[in-house]
Amino acid sequence: MWPLIKLIPTKTKVPFVSLSRLFATLSILAAIATIGGVFYPGLNLGIDFKGGTVVEFNTGAKPADLARVRDVVNGLNLGDVQVQRFGADNDAVVRFQTPKGADTSATAASATANRVKAAITGALGQVTFSRTDVVGPEVSGELMQKGIVALLTSIGLMLIYIWFRFELQFGLGAVVALFHDLTLSFGLILLLRLEFSLNLIAALLTIIGYSMNDTVVVFDRLRENRRKYKRMPLRDLIDLSVNETLSRTVITGLTALLALSGLAIFGGESLRPLSIVLLFGIVIGTYSSIYVASPIVLLWGVRRDDEPARPIGPQPANLVRRP
Amino acid sequence: MLALSRWKILLVLASALFGLIFTLPNLLPDNVLETVPAWLPHDRLSLGLDLRGGSYLLMEVDTDALNQERLTNLTEDVRTKLRVAQINFANLGLQGEVVSVQVPDAGQFQQAVKLLSSQIGGQLTTGGRDVNVAQKPGQVIEISYVPEAAREAAKDAVARSIEIIRRRIDALGATNPSITGQGASRIVIEAPGESDPERLKAVIGKTAKLTFQLVDTTLSPDDLKAGRIPPDDEVLPSDDQHQPYYVVKRRVMVDGGMLTEASAGHDPETGEPDINFAFNGVGAQRFGEATSENVGKPFAIVIDRRVLSAPNIQGPIMGGSGLIHGSFTEESAHDLALVLKTGALPAPLKVEEQHTVGAELGADAVKAGQISILIGAALILTFIVLSYGLFGGFAAVALAVNGLMIVGFMSLFHATLTLPGVAGLLLTLAVAVDANVLIYERMRDEARAGRPAMAAADAGFSRALTTIIDANVTTVVAAVIMFWLGAGPVRGFALTLLIGVLSSVFTAVLITQVLIGWWFRATRAKKLPIV
Repeated sequence: MWPLIKLIPTKTKVPFVSLSRLFATLSILAAIATIGGVFYPGLNLGIDFKGGTVVEFNTGAKPADLARVRDVVNGLNLGDVQVQRFGADNDAVVRFQTPKGADTSATAASATANRVKAAITGALGQVTFSRTDVVGPEVSGELMQKGIVALLTSIGLMLIYIWFRFELQFGLGAVVALFHDLTLSFGLILLLRLEFSLNLIAALLTIIGYSMNDTVVVFDRLRENRRKYKRMPLRDLIDLSVNETLSRTVITGLTALLALSGLAIFGGESLRPLSIVLLFGIVIGTYSSIYVASPIVLLWGVRRDDEPARPIGPQPANLVRRP
Repeated sequence: MLALSRWKILLVLASALFGLIFTLPNLLPDNVLETVPAWLPHDRLSLGLDLRGGSYLLMEVDTDALNQERLTNLTEDVRTKLRVAQINFANLGLQGEVVSVQVPDAGQFQQAVKLLSSQIGGQLTTGGRDVNVAQKPGQVIEISYVPEAAREAAKDAVARSIEIIRRRIDALGATNPSITGQGASRIVIEAPGESDPERLKAVIGKTAKLTFQLVDTTLSPDDLKAGRIPPDDEVLPSDDQHQPYYVVKRRVMVDGGMLTEASAGHDPETGEPDINFAFNGVGAQRFGEATSENVGKPFAIVIDRRVLSAPNIQGPIMGGSGLIHGSFTEESAHDLALVLKTGALPAPLKVEEQHTVGAELGADAVKAGQISILIGAALILTFIVLSYGLFGGFAAVALAVNGLMIVGFMSLFHATLTLPGVAGLLLTLAVAVDANVLIYERMRDEARAGRPAMAAADAGFSRALTTIIDANVTTVVAAVIMFWLGAGPVRGFALTLLIGVLSSVFTAVLITQVLIGWWFRATRAKKLPIV
């Protein structure tokens, strides 16, 4: 048998807690930058949430002449039209919003899309229209509302679950970590100017799940060690627990990254934002369980006197260690 | 926990068998699948529109237009009923959603109230009349629909629209379209495969309300310019380039509801496409009367409030059939005949959402998904074996069974695999590995704490289990919410994640347990291979 790779030495003693001040500062700065970014430049909302039309086309062997397309489509008076390359040289998308108060009846909407397609074909000759998406103002409003409700509901349910399974102080740590991960993921979306779509809401929800998952594992160990080493200061207890679970944290995080890396590289242009945000979420979720969730517990302090003192001497095994 | 009870082994074998049997139809080519005995499952994973190409349309029945039309009809109904009963009335009109009419004669007032209360409107399905007739000061009667009536009318309109859309799509020849109502006033149409979405939309979305109305030739151009249009006239836009609009009588001579036949043909002289139509008995009689009374005058053929053409009536048309000329192409004549024959939609439809994926892009997406899964799975398997050696191999076996089970379950439930669903699938594999990582790391801890190999392995499983469950509940919660949020592809992601997490926990815990149990029995090892 070959020697097993060990990414993390068997016994680590990284003083995580003493480094937390530095990382907390970094996290807070990043969060502030994100919140600022939401106001300016703001989220790049996709048609899922603001309505509009996206037409994707492929020009085959020759590269798409975007300037030509821009010219002819702008001639149709559709308001603000974006023409962009989409991945390869011969792939491009045209996006425009349905003008306010326009006729959205089936025939009219179809006529608009047809005019755009005819204009593109007229400018470039034979092209393949690989994708057409139209989202009306009513549906986009509902999707926006549903997206926000979904995010809030899942955060709420996580809270209830944590409250149910752990004491309040842990719950607080987990929730701060959760908001931290969400905020920074938004930060990434803002930074890369990713189009905010339903897919990204799905990514954010998954990140919420993953972030909690990671935090729960660390907290489980913390809770166990607290019972095991009653006299150890909380600070050391946190360091111990994080170090003990470090190997798992790193291996699991790496597995998840490996699993998604294929998708990020070969999954195609339309899935790229989703995979990028997911990859980032895994990294940030791992970081936050170590550097956000646990220090908050320390900051708040765990009341340890609520555990009744037990007589010294042999105790039933299930009282000493409970999983 | 490592004591292998018979049910555990049975469960593991059963789940592996289940996964294999239900996954198999996805791997076999068509001709082989046909030879598989009928008692074995044949269902395959269905691919979402983003993977196989096709169109998704979300249409909304325009309930405002529907309401407006119902109120207009109600007003006309009141007028007719009062006229027939020879009751004098004044100020009949629509105020917002209320039809109000004044009956100046005190003696006739009560008679009118009684008449309208019993003869206007219709029955609700829940019983009771769908209109409310109220007496107001100043001899005024107000008639309005009760709130339930609007809801019932919308529901009825959706049901009728679905029926008509189905007939239109069938006539177009799309393969296996799915047409379903959604909520109070929406219709979802999913048509897989290569079909022209714009044509589909145009055919589905055409209200196709056909009317024949007389053209008002008495109006002078000056009156028209000044907007002095008689109350029983209306101005309609036209397809004719020489005359962009027509002034026509509001009164409809005959409408498309009485059509029995419509088909595309060609003008024998010019060879241009045109449409033949035929009326039923009542329609033929009315058409005959109307044409014989108005010989020499032009009448407008109006579809969806646009004048197609306005020919002169050469002579009475008694047979109940005729021709519609217009500036048609072959395709537009064919499509118009099709929608005329299938009948008018009860209300206009609005496109609220459309997603169309070309078959080529779908095929590319399938390829991208396959490569992503292969790479992801290969990386995970290599990594886990490198990290945990033999036990990593056990985890890899569990992962393989897990993959079979997920695909098997998805085939069984006819779940739809979408491109984001592929991401869900990959994440699921990571979750499955996580369970094993938790178990193995725990074993290491226990072994380091000085426990003998067997006891350490045992403790690894039992101690890690609560953590595994704790940790995965959160993912399940997130997935359930996503499913609820779900529009198409995101729902696919959620479902894959949900099925995947459940199956992952099961396989990662149970299958590795049985394999490690067997290994201990076979080797009587004193040392864990992962320490």
